[in-house]
Amino acid sequence: MPPLLSGQGECVINASSSPPAVELHGITKRFPGVVANHDIGITVRKGTVHALVGENGAGKSTLMKILYGMQKPDEGTIAVDGEQVSFNNPGDAIARGIGMVHQHFMLADNFTVLENVVLGGEKLHGIGGAARRKIKEISDAYGLGVRPDALVEDLGVADRQRVEILKVLYRGARILILDEPTAVLVPQEVDALFANLRELKAEGLTVIFISHKLGEVLSVADEITVIRRGTTVGTADPANTTTKQLAELMVGSELPSPETRESTVTDVPMLRVQGLSLGATDPDGVVRDVLADVGFTIHKGEVLGIAGVEGNGQTELIEALVGMRTPDAGVLTLDGADISHAPTRKRREDGIGYIPEDRHRHGVLLEAPLWENRILGHVTEKPNSRGFLLDPKAARADTERIVREYDVRTPGIEVTAASLSGGNQQKLIVGREMSHHPKLLIAAHPTRGVDVGAQAQIWDQIRDARREGLAVLLISADLDELIGLSDTLRVMYRGKLVADADPATITPEELGSAMTGAAAGHLEAAPEDEAR
Amino acid sequence: MKKFDKDRMILGFAGPVLALVVAFALTTLVLLASGRNPFEPYRLMFEQASYADIQVLIINQAGTYYLAALAVAIGFRMNLFNIGVDGQYRLAAMMAALVGASVDLPGPLHILLIVIVAMLVGAFWAGIAGFLKTTRGVSEVVATIMLNSIATSLIAWLILPKNFGDQAAGSNNLTTGDIPESGWFPGVSLSAEAGEIYGFTFVAAGCGLVYWFVLNRTRFGFDLRATGASESAAQASGVDAKKMVLTSMLISGAVAGLAGMPTLLGDTHTYSLDFPTGIGFTGITIALLGRNNPLGIALSALLIAFLDKASSSLDQFGYEKEIATIMQGLIVISVVVSYELVRRYGTRRQQQKVGEELAAGHALTTEKEAAL
Repeated sequence: MPPLLSGQGECVINASSSPPAVELHGITKRFPGVVANHDIGITVRKGTVHALVGENGAGKSTLMKILYGMQKPDEGTIAVDGEQVSFNNPGDAIARGIGMVHQHFMLADNFTVLENVVLGGEKLHGIGGAARRKIKEISDAYGLGVRPDALVEDLGVADRQRVEILKVLYRGARILILDEPTAVLVPQEVDALFANLRELKAEGLTVIFISHKLGEVLSVADEITVIRRGTTVGTADPANTTTKQLAELMVGSELPSPETRESTVTDVPMLRVQGLSLGATDPDGVVRDVLADVGFTIHKGEVLGIAGVEGNGQTELIEALVGMRTPDAGVLTLDGADISHAPTRKRREDGIGYIPEDRHRHGVLLEAPLWENRILGHVTEKPNSRGFLLDPKAARADTERIVREYDVRTPGIEVTAASLSGGNQQKLIVGREMSHHPKLLIAAHPTRGVDVGAQAQIWDQIRDARREGLAVLLISADLDELIGLSDTLRVMYRGKLVADADPATITPEELGSAMTGAAAGHLEAAPEDEAR
Repeated sequence: MKKFDKDRMILGFAGPVLALVVAFALTTLVLLASGRNPFEPYRLMFEQASYADIQVLIINQAGTYYLAALAVAIGFRMNLFNIGVDGQYRLAAMMAALVGASVDLPGPLHILLIVIVAMLVGAFWAGIAGFLKTTRGVSEVVATIMLNSIATSLIAWLILPKNFGDQAAGSNNLTTGDIPESGWFPGVSLSAEAGEIYGFTFVAAGCGLVYWFVLNRTRFGFDLRATGASESAAQASGVDAKKMVLTSMLISGAVAGLAGMPTLLGDTHTYSLDFPTGIGFTGITIALLGRNNPLGIALSALLIAFLDKASSSLDQFGYEKEIATIMQGLIVISVVVSYELVRRYGTRRQQQKVGEELAAGHALTTEKEAAL
């Protein structure tokens, strides 16, 4: 273990004499059969941004629920501002000045910002002029730039998040818990959020920041606590820690290096898309282009990444390629054969592998056992069937192989898909698709909701298959993943491919500005002197 | 792994058992509330069921119910609510009776013709609802309910003496004419007083086997089940959802067409105004109670047939035979509630057990570990 990481239980030396904002000691929480948290100890100093990092399922959320009074710990103590407390519900936590901003916003769309903020807190400053003044005051103090009379449905994601933060501050919170706040933001918005967090910190507030995006954690946090398998495994000082060290601490082993940039791109086209167009009528009766004259070619051994803020036509593009949606116009050629009018099953038999963006809707049958899920999508292919009959024996055997080779964590193949964690469901899907040696893999957010270890593994599998001539269409909200994995990058904005970029030179920030429509054409890396 | 199978078996039984216990308890309450002896009717019903002739009646009735319930179950597996089984089997039975009475063929062929006509008519009538759903998005629930009442009117009109019906002298009953003896399906006689078990009852049992095999062992069955479990996932997997809706409606209708056959081929040999009605609706109850499982449906069909036939004599002892009807209704309600409860409990329990197993390190060995 690198020396800069102090081990668990070691005392954090406190510069100021005031007690820490939050001190958790020996927290243990058991659910029937599972220990979610085990002997967790965290000290959060006042006026700092303290990051809590860990893989999905490491126990971060349970811990925060305990701190916010949503669950009671079985063992251990919580001290706020040096005083022992015991929370029975979030109300107790709020009264103690703890506020939580959830990952999924809890705002009423058809209410104004003012109405949303006072909702449930009417007793604090009324619902009229006093409340508006208070909101302005908070907004100005922390540079949140919130307009009290705007309708929430008109606000973008970043603005909504600021409303959520304001809501918590309005209730007098001095300690803010932010659960994965950057998951929904583009890089520019993340920067703005971090600027807000620094303001909060400067005013003496304390922020607990939960994340698994390590780069962001390092840039904003004053202190980092790493959680692995339900327990704190160490703290780190962001000033002299690298993302790699942090990731290794998180996973508990050395990570394979993600950078193996040897090109495997050939000049044999695998998928050619020409003039793909799709119109849709929105509720107001206006016809708008969801896909407008989209065209690209993916060669054998090439990963084509498509960047874009969600809802700019990526979903429709994928569905048109898989054959779940009929485009108005366009020609699709797979490996030299015209598949524009082929049904989904034919396309999949012909070698399109599909890792869907919403795995519960499109990737698995939640209530069916794993081996039946292994058949899904490939029912006409070996080993799942012989002729018109299923071959459950062979399918079961092959499912066991997938579980083994793709490290799906399960006690067996008869359990339902619903009983596996999201990451393990994803590994099963990836394993299933790869088992049929696709010519083209359509991978939508292949590592969404997947922990770091599994993420690296999925990337490796995509890379390995690419080396053997697989063509990949990659769509992801994770810009690091897009840049790291793609050979070619395109940016999609309002149904059009508006820009292209070379992943070897582009930065997430530049990609981000093209995603919001601010840049188009070929994105050149900014000249050295300007960038640094 | 056996452990999870056993769990699933136990949970599979827990649903119906819970439902039946609740339904019996509620019926007892109803009896108590009406000031009756709450246990005597059950005793009387069991006593009835001990007579051989009642047993034959129960089995014959169960065969009919079984076919109707299979038809409903095919829809259920697809998430389609075919409420129209009732109209489908009546129209099918009538058309088949008409055709059967108007031709004269050697035995097996004659029966085969009648059966095929019945299946085609049933499929056609259900197919209308399927067609409306796939082309116009009409809910199959609404369409099949309406088709039921259209079928009733259509039958009433077709069976008029001026159209295709016969009216025997001195009778108010209208029939479609008698099917010649070559079109009768031979039954199995147990003893003179017990009566005959319809031969078609065995065909019904065979249909159950085919149902199981097609659903669980064929590609088509997998696609059908996948569509029922998640239409979006099935579509992504390459199932043409519209085609699947139409196909399963046609199959469901064809099986529904068979539901009238035990009675027509084994007993009445003609379609008349007093041909049994409402079997399609009972089929819904039975399919629900049997969890769309061929064996479960068979047991439920026997249970409901028992309630029907054993309750008919309650009147003689001063109890209303509608007690059985109340019980059937209560079974439906408790089935729906208890299955959902058991399903949720099962999912939670399995998630928990999987968590436990993994925490205890009982995962299947992975490549990495095997390498160590």
